[in-house]
Amino acid sequence: MKKVMMGNHALSFGGMLGRAQVIAAYPITPQTQVVELLSEMCADKTLDATFIKVESEHSAMAASIGASLAGARTFTATSAQGLALMHELLHWASGGRNPVVMGNINRAMAPGWSIWSDQNDSLSQRDTGWIQFYCSNNQEVLDTVIQAFKVSEKLMIPSMVILDAFTLSHTYEVVDLPDQKKVDEFLPPFRPEIKLTPDDPHAFGGLTSPEHYFELRYKLQKDMEKAPALIEKTGKEYEKMFGRYLGQVEEYRCDDADFIFITSGTVGSTARVAIDELREEGVKVGNLRIKVFRPFPFEKVRNIIKKAKKVAVVDRNISYGHHGIFYQEVKSAMFGHHNSLPIFGFIAGLGGRDVTPSTFREILGHVQKKDKSEEEIIWIGVKK
Amino acid sequence: MKKRKEAKKIVFKSEKEVPLMPMSVGSFLFNKTGVWRNIRPVIDPTNCIQCGICWKFCPDVAIYIEDEFPMIDYEYCKGCGLCAEECPSKCIVMVEEEK
Repeated sequence: MKKVMMGNHALSFGGMLGRAQVIAAYPITPQTQVVELLSEMCADKTLDATFIKVESEHSAMAASIGASLAGARTFTATSAQGLALMHELLHWASGGRNPVVMGNINRAMAPGWSIWSDQNDSLSQRDTGWIQFYCSNNQEVLDTVIQAFKVSEKLMIPSMVILDAFTLSHTYEVVDLPDQKKVDEFLPPFRPEIKLTPDDPHAFGGLTSPEHYFELRYKLQKDMEKAPALIEKTGKEYEKMFGRYLGQVEEYRCDDADFIFITSGTVGSTARVAIDELREEGVKVGNLRIKVFRPFPFEKVRNIIKKAKKVAVVDRNISYGHHGIFYQEVKSAMFGHHNSLPIFGFIAGLGGRDVTPSTFREILGHVQKKDKSEEEIIWIGVKK
Repeated sequence: MKKRKEAKKIVFKSEKEVPLMPMSVGSFLFNKTGVWRNIRPVIDPTNCIQCGICWKFCPDVAIYIEDEFPMIDYEYCKGCGLCAEECPSKCIVMVEEEK
């Protein structure tokens, strides 16, 4: 069934079709509609789930961890300051191996107080041990939530499904809602091997001496390393059943491209428009949209961009005192493999500043002028 | 008081044996937290009204009921003094641990 809906509601329907059993959430702009609709679904029994009202995002994640530990499929959503408040609990969820799935709406961090999009909120949580999916349209948001439950529960690692504030969260698009029976077939009920139960009592997350902590972290990383293959496998399985492939990256006209843009989120959709225009003018450009940021898709990125003459990474984020975060990651993926490939780093669209097809023309202008990157950061659109 | 099973410290030899989740593997059977204590509760049963408040309030579950009277499990009692504070008939007193 096709429905016109906002990105936030695509998250809610993903949670509903995935048959989330517990939802614990606290509202924050621009995430509010996600949990508003889910609370209505719980109230009118469209969704057989317990909705837990909490007093903060810290509590939202704490409740989600408890529910997940007790064996319930758990969904929540947040944004920016709320995600930052959850930070401690994000480590608890991944370290405790609780496969919570959470929507995060990319919103710039305060101050200055902002409700508009950039990626510094979720990228600040890079090292918490969560899988991160960055989406570029509402259909992808819904599909990814369903896939994320499957990947997370198999690996016992939590996932974040991320979308841009307003450019996706509040933008209405046609979304094809898959048939519930087929979703159930794709995503069987959550049955964890270990859970919190009076039948086999254990205390979880307690004091762990240096004799065992190291091994717990080793196992988390080893399981994280299984995610790329599993994401590809479940993505193909999803394609077979629903006709839409869900992989680690999205390649657009990269095959014969001299210049490749590397983007994420909705900036990746804008890039496609820019590329079509530039191709008409005879410029061989392509776009690689990184969808899965953690674990980083090293192999995919290397194989796709190694054929290009130049690469431009467009970051809607920054690591102060270093560079754009995707830029760092792409360089580290290529180091020791293709050291001579010129990779340029651009910062654009912080705090919701528009990124349009003309942004890409400007970026291309910089890349065409130089043989290799001379500055580590090239700022696009700063009023100087 | 029920006799506890004897337990030795568990050390896993390989990461494969370590559970996926950080979870208890009976460590409190050998980790006797009573050694942390520097004041100990002593119960004078003469005025005890058997209300069970000390048993309910003990945050370490270190009070048990035997023949309908509360007893302190000194292997685990950390000496917080909560039982003495809460006892309505004031029959629990905290005394210095002897070295």
